Amino acid sequence: MIYFDNSATTQIYPEVLATYDQVATKIWGNPSSLHRLGDRAHQLLEASRQQVAQLLNVTAPEIIFTSGGTESNNMAIKGTAIQKREFGKHIITSSVEHPSVANAFNELEQLGWRVTRLPVDRSGRVRVADLKQRLDSDTTLVSIMGVNNEVGAIQPIAEISDLLVNYPNVMFHVDNVQALGKNLWSQVFTPRVDLTSLSAHKFHAPRGVGILYKKTGKMLTPLAEGGGQERGLRSGTENLAAIAGMAKAIRLLLTDEVAKAEREAAIKAKIDHFLRALPGVTVFSNDDATFTPHILCFALSGIRGETLVHTLEAHDIYTSTTSACSSKTADEASTLSAMHVQAKLATSAIRLSFDESNTLAEADQFIAVFSDIYHHFAKINHLGE
Amino acid sequence: MQYTEVMIRYGELSTKGKNRKDFINRLASNIQKTLVDWPELEFHPRHDRMHIVLHGAPFESIDARLKRVFGIQTYSPVVTAEKNLLAIETKALELMQATFQPGMSFKVNTRRSDHQFEYDTNQLNSLIGDYLFDQMTDLKAEMKHPDLVLRIEVRRDAIYLSNQLLKGAGGMPVGTAGKAVMMLSGGIDSPVASYLALKRGVDIEMVHFFSPPYTTDKALAKAKELTGILANYSGKINFIAVPFAEIQETIKEKLPEGYLMTIQRRFMLRLADLIRAKRGGKAIINGESIGQVASQTLDSMIAINDVTAMPVLRPVVTMDKNEIIALAEKIGTFDLSIAPFEDCCTIFAPPRPKTKPKLDKARLYEQELDINGLVERALAGIQVTPIYPNQQFLHNKSAEDADLL
Repeated sequence: MIYFDNSATTQIYPEVLATYDQVATKIWGNPSSLHRLGDRAHQLLEASRQQVAQLLNVTAPEIIFTSGGTESNNMAIKGTAIQKREFGKHIITSSVEHPSVANAFNELEQLGWRVTRLPVDRSGRVRVADLKQRLDSDTTLVSIMGVNNEVGAIQPIAEISDLLVNYPNVMFHVDNVQALGKNLWSQVFTPRVDLTSLSAHKFHAPRGVGILYKKTGKMLTPLAEGGGQERGLRSGTENLAAIAGMAKAIRLLLTDEVAKAEREAAIKAKIDHFLRALPGVTVFSNDDATFTPHILCFALSGIRGETLVHTLEAHDIYTSTTSACSSKTADEASTLSAMHVQAKLATSAIRLSFDESNTLAEADQFIAVFSDIYHHFAKINHLGE
Repeated sequence: MQYTEVMIRYGELSTKGKNRKDFINRLASNIQKTLVDWPELEFHPRHDRMHIVLHGAPFESIDARLKRVFGIQTYSPVVTAEKNLLAIETKALELMQATFQPGMSFKVNTRRSDHQFEYDTNQLNSLIGDYLFDQMTDLKAEMKHPDLVLRIEVRRDAIYLSNQLLKGAGGMPVGTAGKAVMMLSGGIDSPVASYLALKRGVDIEMVHFFSPPYTTDKALAKAKELTGILANYSGKINFIAVPFAEIQETIKEKLPEGYLMTIQRRFMLRLADLIRAKRGGKAIINGESIGQVASQTLDSMIAINDVTAMPVLRPVVTMDKNEIIALAEKIGTFDLSIAPFEDCCTIFAPPRPKTKPKLDKARLYEQELDINGLVERALAGIQVTPIYPNQQFLHNKSAEDADLL
């Protein structure tokens, strides 16, 4: 089996599963309980928070545990919009965000907020000049993803940060669900970033747990009221086994990060090089520093993405039409259409997403299999003639 | 930058005539204790300064510990060079590059005890000054108030260079003023009082009253962790936990409410005094500040202090709360002090304690109780724990956590 769909989800690390199992079996007290069992759970919860904070180079109180990327994004966006509604109701995002961001903005738009969706250039990046032009005195929030989940473009977060230094009242959220452990963290998590979202299952930890980083001093309105866990921002009994597993997964993920990212880049470069030589293939993910090393999005003209995914699947190779979340709807990929890729070509796009579990040998196997597939489809469609 | 040695200059103790030798020995042993993690260090205490030869140990880590040793006025990291001009130039440049920040001014200050050396002080000043000026950009020479003074000492065995004069903690070496017991509650004031006592050279042992099940393990752990912070200033502090619930329950059951607090305090002081006597202390220290709470009025002090004739020292007695808090923040105890665990002073606090208790009434009421029995049972239950710098008790990441994470 070759699993090239790591941006959809990753396989859990065995060490993390062991932690999950041990915590769920032995340290099952409620961290809020006063007695010893509660104390023990609370201690592990805080030790997990401490470890996560240390690994991300932030302080422990800035780490809020959530149920995952979708919740972190919703909480960051709606929590900020509501918190700051008296100061203005204009919020800005990009036109290539994940649905958990895009739809949160849609919802706020229906509730009366003014929403600006920044366009992107042909490689999928927003232009800082556009953002500068659209900021006004009513703007309370800017939410731009770090790494695009469909084509892998790294957004100019550093340049946006430099701009937003002059707008200290604007909350800056970065959806970094695709960005951790790819040796590009410093590009997408700057000191100006106020909020950032992470999802554990994207880095070999369990589902149902994630992180919202919230800079010290920044205020959010919580989405769910309850027992006041996570400093009142995210009520609900903590998912301790998953949280401890996630803390461990981040440690494992960031061990040898550079070497892992370089290997992913080598896999991507090899396949990219092969694909670009094929007539009728369009590669959307550039092989340069403005794109993450782990995502490769391309289209084979005339063949629907879905068809290609299933054809590869028959060879035990697992890929995705551009994003797993939207892949069951018939729409063309939203990022590609925002990049002004023709609708017909966009529906042909598939995404390969790599990870530390992949090898260069797998890249060779993929190339061998894809050559056969390509010749078959190329003949039918008269490609390269 | 790899320094060769650290030169330490003593503080006030240089002036204390006949006790000087004891002071120096005590300071040397305190410094050795605090630097025990680097066995390669070599210590040379002399009558006016002390040299620590580093033998490769990192100055940066040693620096962090030395900052907290009382009795040190100033200290400087030093490099040695062989006795030729080229060696002096090389080391001087290395030293300046390690410490120089753009825009700083400097001068060279040479002293020569070896008069056989081929260059005299003026020659060295200008030769080295010119060399540095040529080699470094942005350097300004300034004779009157330079930011950096590069000191070069020509001695018989080698040339010694340094350009930093770091401020020590001042005060007196811990232990030179004798030993005392410190009544540590876990609030903001008593850790500050502890720090001030240590600063004047008093070696302290903590006496902490705990009352399970009215107080939690966390309150005890918090007091121990505070002691761990303070142990940075003395190397080690013994923590003496005294069980107090039986005394509190008995007082509550038998005595009038207005005197609950006064009599409780009398018992605390009585116990602290007995522990002091047993352990060879010469004073009792606490964190009282005049008028802060009902037990800290002058009338209360009369009614409470009555149980001992030994000196009861109150280092923060005339300080404002804000001043105490500022000091607590400086020494790093504040954040922990405000952690919300009830200590034994707040439980059983009567709603309206007497701010002007009468000594004769306190004595009279107390006669109702079996004082000796209560005191003996409390003393029988004490636990002594030696606590070392930064030892953690409250949120220590257990071995199991480390494994899981």
